[in-house]
Amino acid sequence: MIEKALSGNKFYWAWVCFLLAVIAVGVASYIRQFHYGLGITGMSRDVSWGFYIAQFTFFVGVAASAVMVVMPYYLHNFKRFGRITILGEFLAIPAVVMCMLFIFVDMGQPTRILNVILYYTPNSIMFWDMVALSGYLTINVLVGWTTLSSQQKSVPPPKWVKPLIYLSIPWAFSIHTVTAFLYAGLPARHFWLSAIMAARFLASAFAGGPALLVILCLIIKRITKFDPGEKAIKGLVTIVTYALIVNIFFIGLELFTALYSQVPGHMQTFQYLYFGLGGHGKLIPLMWFSTFLAISAVVLLLVPATRTNQITLLFACASVHISLWFDKGFGFVIGGFVPNPLEKVTEYWPTLNELLVTTGIWSIGLLILTALYRIAISVKVELEA
Amino acid sequence: MSTGRRQFLKAAGVTGLLGLVGSPLLKIFAPGELEASSEFREGAALTARRWSLVVDMKAFPTEESYTKCIEACNYTHNIPRMDNEKHEVKWIWPETYEHAFPDNYDVYLSENIESMTFLVLCNHCDNPPCVRVCPTKATFKREDGIVAMDYHRCIGCRFCMAACPYGARSFNWRDPRPFTKNVNPLYPTRTKGVVEKCNFCADRLYRGEQPACVEASGGALIFGDLKDKDSNVRNILRTKFAITRKPDRGTLPRVYYIIGGS
Repeated sequence: MIEKALSGNKFYWAWVCFLLAVIAVGVASYIRQFHYGLGITGMSRDVSWGFYIAQFTFFVGVAASAVMVVMPYYLHNFKRFGRITILGEFLAIPAVVMCMLFIFVDMGQPTRILNVILYYTPNSIMFWDMVALSGYLTINVLVGWTTLSSQQKSVPPPKWVKPLIYLSIPWAFSIHTVTAFLYAGLPARHFWLSAIMAARFLASAFAGGPALLVILCLIIKRITKFDPGEKAIKGLVTIVTYALIVNIFFIGLELFTALYSQVPGHMQTFQYLYFGLGGHGKLIPLMWFSTFLAISAVVLLLVPATRTNQITLLFACASVHISLWFDKGFGFVIGGFVPNPLEKVTEYWPTLNELLVTTGIWSIGLLILTALYRIAISVKVELEA
Repeated sequence: MSTGRRQFLKAAGVTGLLGLVGSPLLKIFAPGELEASSEFREGAALTARRWSLVVDMKAFPTEESYTKCIEACNYTHNIPRMDNEKHEVKWIWPETYEHAFPDNYDVYLSENIESMTFLVLCNHCDNPPCVRVCPTKATFKREDGIVAMDYHRCIGCRFCMAACPYGARSFNWRDPRPFTKNVNPLYPTRTKGVVEKCNFCADRLYRGEQPACVEASGGALIFGDLKDKDSNVRNILRTKFAITRKPDRGTLPRVYYIIGGS
């Protein structure tokens, strides 16, 4: 099947070359970082995690969201998703790869990364994150590839795939729960020390991931001969809508506890993010923009006329994805470090080199996604012909 | 003839293999023979069941008195002076009461406290979150309570920095060596990409010396065994009211502050 990724029209190759060029710039920027040290980023003694870890957190959500097509299809026999299950599984693969790369580029001593296995430490949540992510990647590669090649040969998938599919469902929940536990168990950071963190992560993942899948489906429908099906998209939109509303509700719960209790530690980060703290407020525009996008997306997704119109639907799904990207892929991680444990404010902003490494990783993700989708769609189109 | 030669070669090969593999194998199976596994201590080493530090604020009257402690630490551990504040490395440093004890702050506290400078450092917690989160055991708690670092194992993930409620940890955002002017040959310099922090001068204790800051403090810092009920630290804590930083986090910090009355 892999040969299908190696054939395409000139637009396909132009797109691949573009991605390769951005990747090359990313790699060069990473080499620069490798030699200079992480001081080349905007991170500091006080904000010791930045864009890389925030992006990692966001893409774990995208990876986990594959379960939102797998579960209805396999567990509830929701036939409409049959056409897009593979798209969900194949979206999870580059998402996990990006997560791993974001962790890797954030390491101060990347050459020692195997120490995590050599001196495995189960009391560290990072150990479990490694287990969860690599397991999830393996499951999705195996399941996606095997089911697709069985479809190509018009034979039922081998028997061992079914248990793996069932395993992938709790596993998807586990990857994002474990990622939330990275933050939610730290006595040092009030903003993250919240029991609702894992639930909030899952809600935002199940909104942002399927929203991206809707966008991808609409693009596929336009530029390929494969139609994911209006009913499948409708199903996804329902999931996005409910998950988004639940996520906003969860943020509201956080805000209530912080603001009504008036415990300073609980309030300070929210103050910093939305109103500024001690004259510092670099993230204020991002956070309000994210809020605006989330609210307008809810409206667009709830009103039947805008939900069914493809242009407004595309706009709504992009709003969901970008809103959550700002909220979780930036504000959530940076906010946790402001103020610092001594209640001083140091601000963070990514540097150019950091952004180039980041865009390099996104492009690696997009390249994998492009190749996998190319394969999946070629197979589907051949079968339908 | 030829069989004889083959046999000779075989025998030589087996003997050679035994020589290469056999003797280390024998050593591994003979416990007590390996030197690295046995604890080597110089007779003079200072030991305790639970090291702790008491900061007597009354004994720190001037800026000079605490600056001496910081400078002693900076030299002893080759702390670099980074030119960018964001890349700062610090093991022990001065803070106001408001920042050292943010949870206990109030605007109407005594003026005396407002003007005091508190030395803050790693608390060598009994229940250290940094040790709990480290994915490689590069930071670990020793039997004597010291929370130590292995710079050669640290992968630089900085999970420990996110976990420490005291901001006690520093990361080498770039190569620190050009920023260490006066190198102390008794302690290693660090490489970029690893985390570091106060080690209660484990290296000096090993040589039978008090921690550098304690030695330079002229009695304002008292270092001793918390599990010995007749120790210097226990005697002070028994008679004077002391506080720790952020006790509500459950970390059980082992650096105490005696603020005193008037």
